[in-house]
Amino acid sequence: MSANIVYAILVTSLATFLSRFLGVITSQGIKESSKLFKWFNCLAYATLAALIARTIIFPAGILIDASYSSRLIVVLLSLFVFFISKKNFVYPTIFSAICMAIINNYV
Amino acid sequence: MINKSFFFKGYKSIFTHDSPAIALTCCFIAIGALFKNLGFNIQESIFSTVLTYALPGSLVMAESMLIGASLLNIFLAVWFVNARLYPMAVSLFPLMMHKSQPKWKYYFSCHFIAVSAWLIMKSNYKKIPKEHRIDYWIGIGSATVTVSVIGTVVGFSFSDYLNKDMMMGLAILNPVYFLCMMVGASKTIPVTLSVLLGIILGPIIYLFSPEWSILMAGVIGGTIAYLVGEHSVS
Repeated sequence: MSANIVYAILVTSLATFLSRFLGVITSQGIKESSKLFKWFNCLAYATLAALIARTIIFPAGILIDASYSSRLIVVLLSLFVFFISKKNFVYPTIFSAICMAIINNYV
Repeated sequence: MINKSFFFKGYKSIFTHDSPAIALTCCFIAIGALFKNLGFNIQESIFSTVLTYALPGSLVMAESMLIGASLLNIFLAVWFVNARLYPMAVSLFPLMMHKSQPKWKYYFSCHFIAVSAWLIMKSNYKKIPKEHRIDYWIGIGSATVTVSVIGTVVGFSFSDYLNKDMMMGLAILNPVYFLCMMVGASKTIPVTLSVLLGIILGPIIYLFSPEWSILMAGVIGGTIAYLVGEHSVS
């Protein structure tokens, strides 16, 4: 293995584990019925939602090459599939991949 | 030690009809292909998926390596983008902590905190006795890591056959899957409001502060949602 790649992987995993580990340490003093827990629960959901929205609207990686409107159309159609499939997670997910590939190829 | 019955119950939980396994596999297929294009070998790709096990962090590492960033820069960039794992851990582990369980299980299993496993645990924890939730959680985590490794290997092996359109399809799949899971989890006022505010504030704050946007949107949106929730209860 290349030393640089291994160091990059180790540094990435350390940076990732740090947040997780600090979270567990903090959790030891928090009861699930406490207000602090409820607040952290809201923070977690809002942070995740922000990450998802940012990934769709301001993507990194290959999604940059897909137009803003195509990303938005795929997401809205996938949400529509999610609701008509009685909130099944698999159908809209697979649909989104196929839909994006088709739109990007033909539109 | 780990209770096998609850461990396997957790392990099997991702192989349901609306399982995250397919989405996770597809996301890591994209990551596997990306690793190969970056010059990783198969061992390094698997090593990275197992040790990091967080998609945005892996993407940031890949982008940083492409521009030749230093190790310190990679550390800071990944820490920033994965700081969301801290509130996720604090909002999950109090549900699983039990005095009969050794602490090493918590320290070890915090590695499994990622969006899919977190959302699965959040929707299922009430069905599991508190004493055994940590074993169930370790089962979920082991299953999601297994699926991620399989995806990485497949992506790495077939990267030459994946064209740009297919890669785009794989890339959109991840946020769509998470979005559906978040919408599905929005059953109370605070959670629904947290999700809505996060979606609105995340991109808006990104225009002013890309690095801090996710954390700021999380803190502002989450706090407003919490206060509204408390007010509606009182």
